[in-house]
Formats: sequence, structure tokens, C-alpha cells
Amino acid sequence: MTLRISMPGLNLKNPVMPASGCFGFGKEYSQFYDLNELGAIIIKAATKEPRYGNPTPRVAETASGMLNAIGLQNPGVQGIIEEELPFLQQFSTPVIANVAGSTIEEYVYVAKSFNETNGVQALELNISCPNVKEGGVQFGTDLQLAKEVTYKVKEVSRHPVYVKLSPNVTNIVEMARGVVDAGADGLSMINTLTGMQINLKMKRPIIANKTGGLSGPAIKPIAIRMIYEVKQAVDVPIIGMGGIETAEDVLEFLLVGANAVAVGTANFRNPLVCSEIIKELPHVLEMYGFSSVEEAIGKGHTHG
Amino acid sequence: MERQLLPIIKQSQIAYETFEIVFRTSLAQQLKPGQFVHIALPNHILRRPISVANVNPIENTFTIIFKIFGDGTKMLSTYQVGNTLDVILPCGSHYPIEDLHVRKALIVGGGVGVPPLYYLAKTLKEKGVDVTSILGFQGKEHVFYEEKFQQLGDTHIATNDGSYGVKGFVTDVIKQIEPEFDYYFSCGPTPMLQAVTNVMGDKQGFISLEERMGCGVGTCYACIVPLKSNPEKSLKICKDGPVFAANEVVLG
Ligand SMILES: Cc1cc2nc3c(=O)[nH]c(=O)nc-3n(C[C@H](O)[C@H](O)[C@H](O)COP(=O)(O)OP(=O)(O)OC[C@H]3O[C@@H](n4cnc5c(N)ncnc54)[C@H](O)[C@@H]3O)c2cc1C
Ligand SMILES: Cc1cc2nc3c(=O)[nH]c(=O)nc-3n(C[C@H](O)[C@H](O)[C@H](O)COP(=O)(O)O)c2cc1C
Ligand code: FES
Repeated sequence: MTLRISMPGLNLKNPVMPASGCFGFGKEYSQFYDLNELGAIIIKAATKEPRYGNPTPRVAETASGMLNAIGLQNPGVQGIIEEELPFLQQFSTPVIANVAGSTIEEYVYVAKSFNETNGVQALELNISCPNVKEGGVQFGTDLQLAKEVTYKVKEVSRHPVYVKLSPNVTNIVEMARGVVDAGADGLSMINTLTGMQINLKMKRPIIANKTGGLSGPAIKPIAIRMIYEVKQAVDVPIIGMGGIETAEDVLEFLLVGANAVAVGTANFRNPLVCSEIIKELPHVLEMYGFSSVEEAIGKGHTHG
Repeated sequence: MERQLLPIIKQSQIAYETFEIVFRTSLAQQLKPGQFVHIALPNHILRRPISVANVNPIENTFTIIFKIFGDGTKMLSTYQVGNTLDVILPCGSHYPIEDLHVRKALIVGGGVGVPPLYYLAKTLKEKGVDVTSILGFQGKEHVFYEEKFQQLGDTHIATNDGSYGVKGFVTDVIKQIEPEFDYYFSCGPTPMLQAVTNVMGDKQGFISLEERMGCGVGTCYACIVPLKSNPEKSLKICKDGPVFAANEVVLG
């Protein structure tokens, strides 16, 4: 049984990695298990300047999920390179940096900054954070802007670029085709879906930002459907995510065409979830008749 | 920090919708006053943070006290002796009493902010500190641990509706009795902490804060509080807190 998988810039010992924003920069969860076990680590979003983020409350629990409106709080790309990446370099696990911004110039700045460190093996271009209104631009829901930011980042970055798609669109295939045409080496999907929850006692939204991004098992069927559709339209590797909690969930993502997967919200309830999924995955693959991860990818498309 | 499956060895109701649970764990001796544990419940995506209310280092047990607030705490109240719960512990910072030179301590607690202060008061008393406690509750049937606090020192109760003790807020009692102390320690709802820190002015003290949490271990930035010295910067309540110096952070 081999769990190995190769994608542009990434030679992974297994296809499981923590999702951006749900693992910080690794330090806290390294108290629970050896981060060498992970296929890769996607770190919290990096912006040009340090960002404070939104007012609190920033999270709310929902049926089978949660809402968050963190607002991309992070120490800024320089802070991340100097203060956070050195810790991760002690592990053999590849690091994927999540790149965010309010303008194309900011995305380009951040992507360029990561050229100057060997602490990062690939970029995940976060054009899809629903919680940042600054600049009034939503890169992830505007086809032309999504293409432009992908193209400009590809132009300057020495790293492979995985564009993280927003599910808050009517035509996901069009967005996927657009960013692949603009040079994306791979896709990452899905980010959170915009939602809201009301506090009955206070008669107002629980989250101070009013809206937040829905994640967790509640969104898994949407992620599965979107990856299924996109896989039929483009020919680049996909990092799949949205509600993954078990090795069976991982297999479901592989079957619709994900080459690797990221686990987000599930880390909060079970800090050991990635480690446990990795240990369980060989048994689950075997149970369903596969002898490698590679073999399972896309097999959910080959029926009559 | 570890994730453990902990057996419940005692459970009881101690006041209106208020419950006490005692767990056994190999980590009991590591739990310090002010720290919390993060409890997973079936069918709930997020864990519930609950303070450590007491520790018995000989029996390797610790106590939590909680009030039914919503779905999660309601479910927690149905757990009985013999059941187990999935708990992350120890979480967060503690009252830094080893580093302080305290002779007289003032404890100010409100509602579900009272539990962590019991473990603190007990620990202070064991160190020979003189403890005065002022505890606020909604009404008579909400009051708990009054005798236990009394065994540690002078204890005053305030209730919002006046059905027990002094009618009014903990700050009314502070103004009334003008206690003598060199450090104060407070935990309770944010409006109470604002009122308490206002009354205290420049006096040295420590407060413990609450916020809705995602991870509870410091990775997700859900639970931040701005720094007073630079409100553009923040600390994480789950990791840098829940205990902060009274003048360190911006409340509310
Ligand atoms: C550090 C810390 C220590 C605490 N110690 C105690 C204690 O000793 N005893 C006690 O009774 N309560 C304590 N609380 C408050 C307790 O966590 C909440 O009452 C509880 O999470 C409510 O959950 P629920 O499912 O009943 O309510 P719901 O409203 O259904 O919960 C929905 C979501 O909001 C969160 N939430 C709601 N209210 C709070 C709150 N005040 N603080 C943090 N998260 C909240 C829940 O965790 C959950 O994720 C503490 C909170 C913190 C942050
Ligand atoms: C608290 C929180 C913070 C997040 N922060 C980021 C982020 O900084 N950048 C990003 O691209 N995605 C972020 N996400 C989205 C996740 O990476 C992931 O795409 C999404 O949550 C779906 O996966 P899940 O259901 O397993 O959580 C965040 C999600 C959560 C819950
Ligand atoms: S709850 Fe995640 S950082 Fe505090």
C-alpha cells in the first residue's frame, strides 16, 4: 500500500494536510503528534502587512459545521517568514503558504516575498476569503479578476501556484477553467460558504462581522459535487477540502478527483484528526479495493 | 496539553441549573488556578471551555462547575458518574501567584466566573495569604460555594435581585466594605469586569476573560482581545489568556 502522491512542487508521503487557518503555523498541534506524519502543512493566510482582523465574536457553531469571520488576522508575510517558518523547517513536511490580499499588488508582493525563503514549497492563492471587504473587491467571484491575479502571481513566483476557489459562485467550472488558463498549476477547493446565524436572545447576528464562512461536514456534499464537476473540465491536480473528518471522507474526495486533501474544522474538535486519518487511510483504501492513493483518484467518474 | 478520555467520578447539582463534575486524570497536578479544560460533546463541532474549579492532587481529580447556558452545557448536565468525556487539558494561562508577593488578596467573582476563583482562593490561602471574597449571583437560588469560600476567609455575597446578601453588584460591595488588599483577582461577565477594573483604578490585579472559541489551543485567531498599549495588536484568550493583568487588555 502506498500513500505517496506527486503534484507540482510537492512530493507528498501521503495526501493529507491541515487546511489553511485551521492549524496556525503548526506549533500548537505539534504538542499532540509529530508533524512529520503529515503529507504537507498549509499555513494561515499571509498578507503584505500584519492584519488585525474582524471584531469578536468571530465564530459560531452551526448544525454540522461552524461559521467564522476571522478576517485574515496574521503577522504579515515578513513576520511569518522570520517568526513562524523557522519552526516548521525542522520537519520533513512540505509547507504550502496561503497568499491573500486586498489588491493585486498585495498578492504579488506576498508571492514575491516567499521567493526569498526555502521554507515554502508551494503557494495556495486565497482568492476566496469571504470575510474581507476591504477594497470592495471579491477576487474569487469575479472571473476576470481571478484570472488576472493568478496570471500576475504566476509571473513573479518561483513556486507552483494552487488557486483556492470560492464556492460562492454560480458556475464553479467557469472559474476553474479561467484560473487554469491563466496559469494555475493546481486548484484547491473549496473555501467556506457565506452564511449567517442569529442570536435569539440578542436578536442580532452572533458573529460581529454579521456574515461568516461556513465550514465542516455541512459543506462536504457541496465540495464533492464541485470537485466532481471541475475534474471533468480541467487537467490540473486538485487539493480537495470541505468537511473532512475521516479516512472514508478522504476516499470520497479521491474518487471524485482530488489528488490530495486538506482537513480544516475537524482539527478543532480533534487535534489529532490528521494523524488518525493518515493511520486509517491504508485500511480504508484496501477495504474498497485500492492498493494506492494514486489508483483511487477519479475512480468515481468511471461508472456507466 | 493532551487530549484524554476522562471518567466522571462525581456529579451533582449545586444550585439552580448549576452542576459540579469531578474527573480523574493523570494531569490533575499540572492544572493551575485560572486554567480551563476544553470539553468535546457528541454532535457538537466545537468544544466547550470550562474553568478548573478545584484540584485534589492526592486523588488525581479536578472539579468543574458550570451553568446551563445553551445546548452544550445542557447536554453536559446529563452526564453521570461512570460516563467519560473527551477533554483537552490543561489549557491557557493561570493567575501568576508564584511570581507575586501577596499578603492580602481580594477575590471578585460573578456567576460562572466564580468557579476558577475558588481554586485560586484555596491555593492563596495554602500559601498563607489573607483572602477576602466578594461574589455576585443573579439571585438566592443561583448561589453556590458560599461556605467553601467562607472557610478561606471573609466572604460577601451580592445578588442582582436582593434575594440574598447585599442587593446590587459586586462593585457596590467593594465600595461599601472598602477592603484592604495588595492584589485583586477577578472573573465574570465582561460588563462586570469593566465595572470592577474601573472601581479598582490603578490597583494591581488580574482578570480572566471569556470569548467564543474555535480551536481553544491558539491556532485559529477566534478568541483575540486587543492590547491596551497598542489596540492594533492582540492576544489570544485561549493561549495567552484567559488570565491577563487587569491593565493589559481592552475590555468589551
Ligand atoms: C476560558 C473560559 C472559561 C469558562 N469557564 C466556565 C465555567 O467554569 N463555568 C461555566 O458555566 N461556564 C464557563 N465558561 C462559559 C462556557 O464556555 C459557556 O457557557 C459554554 O461554552 C456555552 O455552551 P452552550 O453550548 O451551552 O451554549 P451555546 O450558546 O449553545 O453555545 C454555542 C457556541 O458558543 C460558545 N459560547 C457561548 N457562550 C460562551 C461563553 N460565555 N464563552 C465562551 N464560549 C461561549 C459555545 O462554546 C459554543 O461554541 C467559560 C468560558 C471560557 C472562555
Ligand atoms: C477558523 C477558520 C479560518 C480559516 N482561515 C483561512 C485562511 O486564512 N485562508 C484560507 O484560504 N482558508 C481559510 N479557511 C478555510 C479552510 O482552509 C477550508 O477551506 C474550509 O474551512 C473548508 O474545510 P473544512 O470544512 O475542513 O474546515 C479557514 C477556515 C476556518 C474554519
Ligand atoms: S480559540 Fe483558536 S486561537 Fe483561541
